Amino acid sequence: MTEYILRVEGLSKAYGGVLAVSSVSFGVKEGELLGVIGPNGSGKTTLVNLITGFVRPNGGKVYFKDKEITGLPPYKIVNLGISRTFQMVRPFYHLPAFKNLVIPLCSPRVREAAGGGYGDRDAVALDLLEEVGFERDSFVSYKVASSLPQGYLKRLELAKALSLRPEVFILDELFSGLSLAEVASIVPVIEKLKDQGKTIIMVEHRLKELFKIADRVIVLNFGEKIADGPPAEVMEHPAVKAAYLGTE
Amino acid sequence: MEGKKAELRKERIDRGIKARSDDIFALNSWREALFLLGPRAVPVVGLLLVGPFFSPYMREILISTASYALLAISWEFMMTAGLTSLGQSLLFGVGAYFTGILNYYLKFPWFLSIPVATVTGSLLVTLLLVFVLRLRGVYFSMITLVLPLMFMRLIEATRILGGTEGLTGLDAFPNQWVSYYLIMLALLFALFGFRRLQDSDYGLILRAIKDDDRSVMNAGLNVYWYKAQALFIGGCVGCFAGAFGTHYDMFCGMPGFALDYSIMPIACALLGGGGTFAGSVVGAFILVPLAEVLRAFGALRIVFYGSFLTFSIVALPEGLFHFLSRKYHQIERYVEVR
Repeated sequence: MTEYILRVEGLSKAYGGVLAVSSVSFGVKEGELLGVIGPNGSGKTTLVNLITGFVRPNGGKVYFKDKEITGLPPYKIVNLGISRTFQMVRPFYHLPAFKNLVIPLCSPRVREAAGGGYGDRDAVALDLLEEVGFERDSFVSYKVASSLPQGYLKRLELAKALSLRPEVFILDELFSGLSLAEVASIVPVIEKLKDQGKTIIMVEHRLKELFKIADRVIVLNFGEKIADGPPAEVMEHPAVKAAYLGTE
Repeated sequence: MEGKKAELRKERIDRGIKARSDDIFALNSWREALFLLGPRAVPVVGLLLVGPFFSPYMREILISTASYALLAISWEFMMTAGLTSLGQSLLFGVGAYFTGILNYYLKFPWFLSIPVATVTGSLLVTLLLVFVLRLRGVYFSMITLVLPLMFMRLIEATRILGGTEGLTGLDAFPNQWVSYYLIMLALLFALFGFRRLQDSDYGLILRAIKDDDRSVMNAGLNVYWYKAQALFIGGCVGCFAGAFGTHYDMFCGMPGFALDYSIMPIACALLGGGGTFAGSVVGAFILVPLAEVLRAFGALRIVFYGSFLTFSIVALPEGLFHFLSRKYHQIERYVEVR
């Protein structure tokens, strides 16, 4: 039994001749908020896709609670307790916002967590939307997702992940495309999850906001892990400085 | 502004009665209740109470129309889950042959052969296609298009199941009323049943799969399992149409896999209005009788038929049902732009 709830060992993925993720290893402790940063094209989203089963790795293993989950289909990984958001939001555009949540609320994981029944999914969905900042008495929750602005779609994406009651959240660039005010309204939701003891992996470009809440950060560059440690320490690492600022 | 011609814009608003007849408020008065129930009562009354008084020839056309309407509903249901089938004739043919086999070789009576063929036929089709459920869009469509052609040639080349002659002398329905009411009740059951299913959480999942299957996977649901279910359920409706046709014609043969059964349901669904089961039925009730009317034109029939289809789809791209539904629920007026 290791101290990590989620562990990645030597994970690699190549697309043709391009090594998107190269032998990356790390672990996340229960209740920890791990930031994953790196310049564009450094393999952050590929790493998320590999962990969540959306892409099959060429090598390496992923363990969740010491059980190997490498190569499992995404829905099985979700039902084990790992939920993710997408960098490019993927709502069900033709459904009203609250109905978007009814889909994950139909999952076996939620049924199990609710003791075999589903209850009133619509009511649960509306509560979840309120939790991420949808105004309860407005019509926003009832509007079709295609008519919602980006800020609401990002919150909807987070609400979808919340609805699955996971143990590990993987949030892929949740803050991108959001205003400072919108980020400020989402941060408390993440802090609340952290207080509840949930494990969170945040892939982010918005370092300032991330460093305020992250316990630890790993840095990727050209698919390789180049640093791992507390945020302030990591940013002082010469390889990280070189990756972000370049070398003379 | 004075002296300047006022600009007008078209505005659509819901009729007052639509708001007054929403939900439980439909019980306000007979008028509101009728507004809500009227469109639903038309097919029920028309098919079950008026249709039987038509001439035998007209009833025959109605029965043929109902068969195509069932295939169109089946196509629409599969579309709900993002399965674009170009091979409804596969369902019709398999349903027809299964009934034929059960009745011809195993001497099953019609009331057993039809339900058994409906379920087993759809199960076979689902098993055949379950391996290609990962394919999307046109790739899946091409497989569904090819399979009925393969079945046809297989029967022709191996001369199994009666070869090109088919299986003849099969049991007929006891009388014309049994056949008429069986197909009409099946049509109404499929029409209202699928409509209800579409609005349920299960229907919501199927619609979500069409929207974004990766997102559904990310919601902890096995997309392929749901697609297989949709294929089976839609398949049952298509196979029923074929199974019914076998006993109605007392024959099953290679024409069951004809391209007509694949193309016509799609034309019905598009003409009637995609995305609704009622649209598929409306489309069938226009196109199938029209094909009969145009028989008088001999070889030119297909020219007129094609022209009508093209003109209708261009003039009403939303489909006839959506157009009628809009006119029923909303009023249009021109208002001055301020």
